[in-house]
Amino acid sequence: MAFKQVSSPHAHGAQNTAKVMQLVVWATIPGLIALTWHFGWGSLINVILACITAVASEALILKMRNRPLGFYLGDYSAVVTAVLLGLALPPLCPWWIVVVGTLFSVVLAKQLFGGLGYNPFNPAMVGYVVLLISFPVEMTTWVAPLALLPEGVAHPGFLESLKLVFFSGTPMDGVTGATPLDSFKHAAGLTVAQIYQGDSLFSQALFAGVGWEWVNLGFLAGGIVLLASRVFTWHGPVAMLLALALMSLIFWDSGSSQSPGSPLMHLFSGASMMGAFFILTDPVSSAVSNRGRLIYGALIGILTYIIRAWGNYPDAVAFAVLLANFTAPFIDNYTLPRTYGHTDRRKATERIDD
Amino acid sequence: MRQTWVTPGGVHPPENKIQSLTQPIGSLPIPEKLVVPLGQHIGAPAIACVKHGDTVLKGQKIADPAGTVSAAIHAPTSGTVTAIESRPIAHSSGMEALCIEITSDGKDQWIEKSGISDFEHTSASALLSIITEAGIAGMGGAGFPTSVKLNPGFQRPIDTLIINATECEPYITADDSLIRERAEEIVEGIGILSHILGNPHNILIGIEDNKPEAIAALEPHTQDTGINVVSFPTKYPSGGEKQLIYILTGKELPSGSIPADIGMVCVNIGTTHAIKRAVVDGEPLISRVTTMTGEACEINRNYDVLIGTPVAHMLEHNKFDAQRCSRVIMGGPMMGFSLTSQQIPIVKTTNCILAPSVEEIPHNEPAQPCIRCGMCAEACPASLLPQQLLWYSQAKDHDRLESHNLFDCIECGACSYVCPSNIPLVQHYRSSKSDIKKAQEEKIKSDQARERFEFRQQRIELAEKEREAKRAARREAAKQAKAATGTDSMADIVAAAQARTAAKKASPEQELAKLERAVSSAEMRVQKAQDKLDTATADAETEDKINILSAALSGAQQKLEKARTRLAEHSK
Repeated sequence: MAFKQVSSPHAHGAQNTAKVMQLVVWATIPGLIALTWHFGWGSLINVILACITAVASEALILKMRNRPLGFYLGDYSAVVTAVLLGLALPPLCPWWIVVVGTLFSVVLAKQLFGGLGYNPFNPAMVGYVVLLISFPVEMTTWVAPLALLPEGVAHPGFLESLKLVFFSGTPMDGVTGATPLDSFKHAAGLTVAQIYQGDSLFSQALFAGVGWEWVNLGFLAGGIVLLASRVFTWHGPVAMLLALALMSLIFWDSGSSQSPGSPLMHLFSGASMMGAFFILTDPVSSAVSNRGRLIYGALIGILTYIIRAWGNYPDAVAFAVLLANFTAPFIDNYTLPRTYGHTDRRKATERIDD
Repeated sequence: MRQTWVTPGGVHPPENKIQSLTQPIGSLPIPEKLVVPLGQHIGAPAIACVKHGDTVLKGQKIADPAGTVSAAIHAPTSGTVTAIESRPIAHSSGMEALCIEITSDGKDQWIEKSGISDFEHTSASALLSIITEAGIAGMGGAGFPTSVKLNPGFQRPIDTLIINATECEPYITADDSLIRERAEEIVEGIGILSHILGNPHNILIGIEDNKPEAIAALEPHTQDTGINVVSFPTKYPSGGEKQLIYILTGKELPSGSIPADIGMVCVNIGTTHAIKRAVVDGEPLISRVTTMTGEACEINRNYDVLIGTPVAHMLEHNKFDAQRCSRVIMGGPMMGFSLTSQQIPIVKTTNCILAPSVEEIPHNEPAQPCIRCGMCAEACPASLLPQQLLWYSQAKDHDRLESHNLFDCIECGACSYVCPSNIPLVQHYRSSKSDIKKAQEEKIKSDQARERFEFRQQRIELAEKEREAKRAARREAAKQAKAATGTDSMADIVAAAQARTAAKKASPEQELAKLERAVSSAEMRVQKAQDKLDTATADAETEDKINILSAALSGAQQKLEKARTRLAEHSK
């Protein structure tokens, strides 16, 4: 009898890509709940709409590329991209924003580069930045958090929200409002203390900004779950958050009218936690070694702060991540770990003369 | 408690060692035919010293080592040599190699054994030659000839002897059961090793903490011997030589060097047992303890198996169910290789035959794209970046592979084990390693060819120059000679040329005779052609033939004509 010949190792661990991707999706749930609680049904609708668009467009491209549908759709990577983009988009934004963004993410940023594993840039962030540059009005109109709505006004219900998303240009004026980062951007001449007193977004907050602090805590919780499940190592997220905190501490300027805000405000506003645990941890487009991921994370933290403080956009995680994506292969060249039996770390660019 | 160090990476696959440890080491009936490969070790295959039809006794040498890095082979039982030919052997590629087949006579009759009872009073070189003669090669997996390893030379004094009892691969319990049952012999073997190596300062037995019975079995024999039994947390691959050295000593083996370079010798514990048997009992290495395990076999246990026993014999004896089996593996589930045939024999390095069911080790799933998640890098015991190696391996970027230290990969398989995309990483690395080695060999070859060519060009140029120099010298000499005589006028030259032409001309008588001979021979040829044509016409030959012959006749007649004309001209 002849046996089948297979290469070692024969044993295999229980982990697989689909499970990892599913876990990432589950880990976004605390953040999604916080978003829905404070900003209404919009985010959930974004996520669902993005998922449908992503799966459909990925299937279409796979078919055009003559790839087996079930095998590639079953890795859940399109769903992860869609969920992350859906969470990043403003709640109650028009449906076509979601669809256009998702198409850019899945078709342009991912499939055209060769599909999963071959995209040099984070697909969700490519979609987000395309939208932000093309449709600035829709992309910067945020719903006001629940706690700050006027007496007797509530977020639209689920069906009402669907109606808004599909049939109306913009959400009702009564429910829109600024984000904490917007407030700092547009509060020229006021000291931090004055902003905190004058803006109910801060005066009614626990420590960072009404609603936003909970959203960031939600993503932090999800991120810790992923960290504990060893989906990624601590290097990237910790480096980014530390760099962001350090930058805001250095330029805190004791809360003067020049101050871009406190470290706590920066850590728990905008996309800080989501970016740290869900965006820059995308392994495909990040640096690979642990040391590389420290540098990569820190770079994103620094860039995020620079753009937030002195740039034109209130938030900057997406830009920072894309810029860092460019640098990842370069970082990889100079951050090889020291291999057993070697005294020095080598450089990837070393030429071998033999 | 001695300090131990922790290696980076590593994985914890299910151990599955209990199944084969429920019974003591057993023995199998002697198979009818044993197939003993000549190359069971690293180095040159042994050279057969028996012929087809010879009768041999158990333990009789049947093949001599070929050179220093080689090992002798012995008959595992008594019987007749019935074939010396190529057979499938234990190799990951499923290749064939020269084997000696011995048909057992069922008597299992030993040669006369001659052991040494007091090895302390025997010289190291004498003990080394016993080990060489006994054909001992590392029994942990690589099969490096032990006598070579134990002879590092004066310039490399050994201060640490490490006995590898880690057995970190799942399923395998051959060393564990050997220690449990034969600890005394093992310690005696270690004593012999220590004596050969000049009593190194540290003698360490490295063993994982999942073998408490084995540790307990060693304890009474190692007390007051200076031998340290060092246990450390179970983790795959702690049993790799480089990993074990680090775990026990905190030192790293520099890339590309051997343990002796840093004053260490690392020997598998099964090998120490074989050394004791060889030196004290005079028994060469003809059997070893091998684990037979996996759900596709009803019986799971360890056996003292004769080298050369076909795997089929073991499987059959343990009620193997081919229907349930996903693959038959020689070695463990992490580094073992799947067998292509049941006729492959057990060799000196075979520590396990694993016949897992499909549920235990499912068929491989198709590989998904690498997402560079980095789980492989977290698992790598050598701190490599397996995801980058894969990338460059697929791109065949040899420079990058080397700068990423591909050749420090020990092929332990931890990366593939954890890979969520089911990528057969190790297979890619093996393939790239052999590609690079091949490219290097070809480069050496082409360098040599280029050197040869350049040398040849140089030689030709040199010879040409020498000739040119000689010609120049001759010209110079002729000029000088002429200058000396000084009679170089035009008239002289013409006169000399005329004289040469006149000398060349033959005398008229000779010329006449020559022409006459030509005429007579032409006449003879015409006559012959005429005769041939006549006979052909008489025999009524075919028209073609007659045509050819008449053409030949007219040709001969023309030549005769010419000869006569020339004679007439001359006579004028």
